Amino acid sequence: MSDNEQIVMGPGKKLEHESASKHVTGKAIYIDDQMVYQGQLFACIGGSQIAHGRITILDLDAVRSAEGVIDVITAKSVPGKLDIGPVFPGDPLFTDELVEYWGQPIFAVAANSHEQARKAITLAHIEYQELEPVLDLAQAMDQSFYVRPPHRMQRGNSEQAIQSASHRIQSKLLVGGQEHFYLEGQASAVIPQEDGGMLIYTSTQNPSETQKLVAEVLDVPMTRIDVVTRRMGGGFGGKETQAAPWSCVAALFASRNQCAVTCRLSRKDDMVMTGKRHNFINHYDVGFDDDGSISGIKYTLAGQCGYSPDLSDAIVDRAMFHCDNAYYLPNATVDGLRCKTHTVSNTAFRGFGGPQGVIAAETVIDEIAFELKKDPLEIRKRNLYNTTDRNQTHYHQKLDSFTLPEIIAQLELDADYWNRRKQVSEFNATSPILKKGLALTPVKFGISFTVSHLNQAGALIHLYTDGSIQVNHGGTEMGQGLMTKVAQIVAQEFQVSTDRIVVTATRTDKVPNTSPTAASAGTDLNGMAALNAAKTLKYRLTHFLSDKYQLPAEEICFKNGEVQLRDDALSFAEVTKEAWLGRISLSSTGFYKTPKVHYDRQTASGHPFYYFANGASVSEVLIDTLTGEYKLLRTDIIHDVGNSINPALDIGQIEGGFIQGLGWLTCEELKWDNQGRLITDGPATYKIPAISDTPEVFNVRLLQNSPNSEATVFRSKAVGEPPLMLAISAWCAIRDAIASVEGRTTFPQLHAPATPEEILRAIHRD
Amino acid sequence: MIQFLLNNELVELEASNADLTVLDFLRTKRRLCGTKEGCASGDCGACTVVVAEPMSVSTTEHILTDKIESKVEGKTECGANVLRYQNINSCITFLGALHGKQLITVEHLSGKDRLHSVQEAMVTHHGSQCGFCTPGFVMSLFALQKTIPIVNEVSNNDHDSDGGKTTKNPPGNQKLDSANAKRHRASIDEYLGGNLCRCTGYRPIIDAALQSMENLEHDQFDRSSKKTLNRLNAIRHSSDFSFKSSRYPFYIPENLAQLHELMSQFPDARLLAGGTDLALEVTQQLKSLPEIILLTEVHELKRIVEEDDHFEIGSAVSLSKLLDLLAPHYPDAKELLLRFGSRQVRNQGTIGGNVANASPIGDLPPMLIALNASLVLQKRIASTIQTRIVDAENYFLDYRKTDLQPGEIIQSIHLPKPVLESGVKKQLKVYKITKQFDDDISTICSAIHIELTDNVISSIRMALGGMAAIPKRATHCEEAMIGKTFNKDTISLAQRAIKKDFQPISDARASAAYRILIAQNMLSRLHFEISSPDVPTRITTHV
Repeated sequence: MSDNEQIVMGPGKKLEHESASKHVTGKAIYIDDQMVYQGQLFACIGGSQIAHGRITILDLDAVRSAEGVIDVITAKSVPGKLDIGPVFPGDPLFTDELVEYWGQPIFAVAANSHEQARKAITLAHIEYQELEPVLDLAQAMDQSFYVRPPHRMQRGNSEQAIQSASHRIQSKLLVGGQEHFYLEGQASAVIPQEDGGMLIYTSTQNPSETQKLVAEVLDVPMTRIDVVTRRMGGGFGGKETQAAPWSCVAALFASRNQCAVTCRLSRKDDMVMTGKRHNFINHYDVGFDDDGSISGIKYTLAGQCGYSPDLSDAIVDRAMFHCDNAYYLPNATVDGLRCKTHTVSNTAFRGFGGPQGVIAAETVIDEIAFELKKDPLEIRKRNLYNTTDRNQTHYHQKLDSFTLPEIIAQLELDADYWNRRKQVSEFNATSPILKKGLALTPVKFGISFTVSHLNQAGALIHLYTDGSIQVNHGGTEMGQGLMTKVAQIVAQEFQVSTDRIVVTATRTDKVPNTSPTAASAGTDLNGMAALNAAKTLKYRLTHFLSDKYQLPAEEICFKNGEVQLRDDALSFAEVTKEAWLGRISLSSTGFYKTPKVHYDRQTASGHPFYYFANGASVSEVLIDTLTGEYKLLRTDIIHDVGNSINPALDIGQIEGGFIQGLGWLTCEELKWDNQGRLITDGPATYKIPAISDTPEVFNVRLLQNSPNSEATVFRSKAVGEPPLMLAISAWCAIRDAIASVEGRTTFPQLHAPATPEEILRAIHRD
Repeated sequence: MIQFLLNNELVELEASNADLTVLDFLRTKRRLCGTKEGCASGDCGACTVVVAEPMSVSTTEHILTDKIESKVEGKTECGANVLRYQNINSCITFLGALHGKQLITVEHLSGKDRLHSVQEAMVTHHGSQCGFCTPGFVMSLFALQKTIPIVNEVSNNDHDSDGGKTTKNPPGNQKLDSANAKRHRASIDEYLGGNLCRCTGYRPIIDAALQSMENLEHDQFDRSSKKTLNRLNAIRHSSDFSFKSSRYPFYIPENLAQLHELMSQFPDARLLAGGTDLALEVTQQLKSLPEIILLTEVHELKRIVEEDDHFEIGSAVSLSKLLDLLAPHYPDAKELLLRFGSRQVRNQGTIGGNVANASPIGDLPPMLIALNASLVLQKRIASTIQTRIVDAENYFLDYRKTDLQPGEIIQSIHLPKPVLESGVKKQLKVYKITKQFDDDISTICSAIHIELTDNVISSIRMALGGMAAIPKRATHCEEAMIGKTFNKDTISLAQRAIKKDFQPISDARASAAYRILIAQNMLSRLHFEISSPDVPTRITTHV
C-alpha cells in the first residue's frame, strides 16, 4: 500500500469479487476442503423409506457393526432439545416414532470415512406401520389440512366490484416448486472445544440460528458455540434454515466422541432431505372493464408447505404481498393457505413466495388481454400503479416512488417491442411448426423482512497500526459479492483503497445475534451497519487529530488514501498509529435497523416494505409445436438498483437471477412417485439451466440516475431476489407462442414449469 | 503399477482398490481440493479435470485420432506426436484409466505469480460468483482453448519462454465481431454444456470463453509439451499394460490376446469401456468393483477401418471421435452426438460401452438399428477365437439384457456408409427429444432410415429408444409405410400403428402419453422435412 494511493474502488466501481482469483485457481476453501483432523469422523444421515407412518422396529445393530463405524445416534441420543423448528416447533432433528415424509432423518452414523458412513446407512433394519399420506396439494386444500392458519388481506369490496364489472374470468394456475441445487451441498465441520463448546465451520446463510440450535440440542449456553461461515458454494435460500440440522448432527457426534466431525450430504440426500421452493395452486376471480382495467379481484393462493411450518407463514405472506405485482387493485381479497402434505418441509428460495404471487398477476393480465384481443403490454401499462391516485396496495402500503413506468417506456424502445411484435406475427404466419412468442413483464418486489424484527444488523471494524482495516459483519457470502460491496462501502468512508480492507469470515463470536442473509437485504443491512461502525471510528480519529493538531474538526478531511490536515497530510497508516499511541480505541461496532417498517397481521395492513425494487424484461422465444421443445432467443432487461455500489456484481445478480427463474419456469420439474418418494433426485433427472439456455442476445442494463428515494446505503437498492421474476417474461412469451397456433380459440392454460411436455399439453388444451 | 503424471509429478501407485475414482484420489489421498464434488454422477462438471494423452495427427486431416485406417484413400500416419487435451469428469473416472496420461488439475494451471489466460478471462468477466463450479469451468475452458490450434506446435518450444500472447490475435480485450462470436458460441456450448453454474446465468462465462478463444497464449503446457510427451511415451513403452497385481486389480491389456487372457483369468472382473455409467454403481449405488479390466487401451478396439460401403468402428472408440467420424456422412448423427451427454462424457464414453450398457434409451442404438448396423462379437474358447456377427436390432433382448455371452466382448460395430448412388434418396433422420438441449438423457430418441423412390417408400427402418425396455424397431409402423406413397395419409396410418409397437412407461422424464404423442409427431416432422424442406422444423437447427 503506497501512502499516496488514489481512490479507485469506492461505490459505483466494477470491482471484481473479492475471491475471484481464489475461485479460478481452486484456492477458495469450502467446508469439505478444510484440513482433516486426526481421528476425524464423517457423518451420514439415515432417512425413512416411507412418507407417513410409525416406526415399529428400529434395528441398527448391523449399522453399528459395519466397517469403520464409530458411533450411531438417534432421537434418544439428543441431550437437549430435539425440535429444531426455526420459527414454530415441528422439525425434530431425528424422528423417534412418527414419520411425516420420505427421507425424514431417523438416525445418523459417524465413520472413519464418508464412504463407510454412506455404506453403513444402507444396513439399517426399520419397520413401519404405514399411514395414509397426503401427498397432493389439491387434496390438502380440499381437506383444509394446514401447517398454519390461513391469512387474509383485503381492500375495498372485491365481490361487488367483480359482480358489476363488464368482464369476469375465473381460473387457476399451477406453479411448480424448485430445488435450490447450490453446487456445494449442505456441509458442516465441527471441532470440539473446552467445556463442552463447539467450533463450527458451516455453509449456512444463518450462523446465529445454527449457533442457537446447536446450543439447544447439546443443552449448553450459546456462549459455548462459535459458528464460522467464510463462504457458501451457493445458497439461494436453501441454507437459511436447511443448513442447521447437519451442524447439530456433527456437533452431537463431536460431543460424544470428542473429535472433529464433518457432515456433508451427498447430492441425492441433499435433494431428498432438504426443503425446496413451495409449489402453489393459485385461484383467481377477476372483474375488469372493456379497456382492461381491473376493478376487482379475488385470489386464493395455496402453498404446499410440506410436513412442518418452517418459514411457510412468511413465505405464503410474501406470495400474498406480491399477487398485485406492479398493478393497482382497487378492490382485492387475497386468501393465503399454508397446506400440509407428507413431503419434505418447503423453505426459503430466492423470492420467498413472491415469485409465486407475481406469476399469478401476470397470468391475470395475459388472460385479460387475450379476452379483449389486445396486446398484453397495453393491459399491463393500463393497470400499473402510480404515485398519486392509484398508489395503495391491498395491504394498505402507499407507494411513494415508482420507477416502472420509466423502465417500461425505455425498455419498449431498447428492445424494439412493437417492431418485433410485428416480426413475430409475420414469422408465425409462415411457419406451421415452429412458433415465436414475445412478452414484456415488469417486477415490483418489496424489500425488507416482513417479520420486522429481522431488519437489524451488526458490524465490527478493527483498524490496525499499519493502516489495514478488518471488517466483520453479520451477513454471509454465498457468491453475491456481499463482502466486496461492504469493503467498497468502508473504503469509501475512510477514503482508502479496498486493498487495505479485509472482510473476514462471518463469526457469531464477532458479531452476535444476526439475521439470516436473506430477503435481498444483505447489503442494505450489513453495509449500513459497517458504514455506521466506520463512521464511529472516523469520528474518533477526527477528534483525536483535532485535539492533537489543534485544528477544528471540519478541517480534517479523509481523502484519497490520506488524512488532510489544513496544510499537512498524514497517511491513513500514520493516523492509525498515532491514534494508537494516543490511546484511542481503534475498534468499533456498528448497528443498523431499517426504519419505517411495520405490519399488523390482525388488520392485515401496514408498511411491511421499506421500499420496492423494480425491473422489467422482454423475452422472445421459439417453440416446437410437435414436441413442445423451446428456446429463449433474446432477452432485454432494464433493472433498477438505485445507485449501484458495484455494477458488475449487480448485473451478475440480475443475469443469474433471471436464468435461475427461467429454470424454475421451464426445465426444472420436481416429481414424486405415488409413495411420496422424490424421483427427480439428481442432476440427471432434475435439469437446471445449462449454458445453451442462455439466450444468444442478452442485454442487461441498469436504470441510470435513479437513486433510492429512501436513505439506504449510498442510495442503492437490493438486487438479490427481484431479478428472478424477470424470467416470467420468457414464460409469458411461451404462452404467447402457443396462443399463435392456428385456430386457437381459448386462452392457453399454461402451468409452470413449462416443460416441453407441459407446452405440448397446453397446445392441445384448447 | 499404475503410472501417470499428476500435473508434473510422476505418480506410481502399486496398491489401491480398483474402483478408486480420480476425484477421491485428488481430494482424499492428495488433498488437492481445488477439484470439487458437485454430484458424483458426472452430470454437473464441478469435478472437471483435463487429461492430456499422446496422439498422432493424421497428415491429411486435422482430426486427432489414434488411427483411421482407410482402405479407400490410403492416408498416412505419423507416430504419437502431439498431446490431446480432453476435459473429463473426475468423479466417474477410475484412477487406473489415467495410466500413461497426464492429469491436469486446476491447481496447476496458473504460474507462480500469474493466472492462466483462461483464469484471467474468468476474473475479467466476473465469471465466478459462489466459485464452487468455477474450477470445473476453468478446466473445460482450458480444454476448449487447447482445441483452437488443433495441432499444437511441438517443434518450436522448450526454449520459448516469453509467454507472450501471440498465436492468433494481438493481446487485449478487443471487441469480437458478432460473426466470430456466433461461430464460437457453438463451440462454447459444446465444450461447456456439461458444466453447471447456478449463480451467473452463464453470460460472463461465455464472454470469458470468447476471450479465451480469441486471445491465445503460448502457455506453460505448450512450452513443456515435448517433455511431457517424452515422459508419457516413456511410461507407455516401459510398462507391461497387462501386468497383474492383486494389490491394484486394475488391468490394462493392450491387445486382444491379453484381453482374453485376463478375462479368462478374472471372469468376475468388470469391463471398463469409458465407465460413465459403470462408475455410478460405485458413487451412487455404493457397490464395490473389486476387479476391473480396461478396454480403451486395447489397440484393436480403438481402430476405425473405412471400407467402400461401411465403417468398422472399434468398440472402444470414444463418442467424441465417433462424432468427428460420422459428422461428414450423416448430418443427423452429428446432431445426435453433439447432444449425447456432455463433452466430458463423450470424451470418455465409447460406442461399445453405450451398446453393451443396453440402456432402454441408449442414444446410439436406435440409430444403429435404423442403419442396420451389426455388432462383431468375439469370444475365446480354449485357445481359439470365435467371432460372430449379430444385427444391432437383435442384440437387445430385454431390460438391460443382451445377446452378449459370458466371456464375450463387442469387438467392433459395422456401420453402413450412406449410399451415394445417383437417383437413390435415402435419408437418415434422428430425433432426440429432451427436456433440455445440453447434457440430457432422451425422453425419446427416434431414428428413421427411409428411402423414397418416386415418392413411394421403397425401404424404411425405424427404431426408438425410451419407448420400451429396450431400444426397439417399430415394425408395425414400418409395415404401415412400406410400399406406400409418402403422404399425410400414410403418415397418419403409421402414427396409429406406432401404438402397436410401443407401450411406454411414465417416469421422471415424461409421461407415457407424451412419449407416444411425440413419437407420432416425429413422423409428422419426417413428412415436413422431406416434403417441405424449406419449412423450419427443428429448434436446434433453426436457431
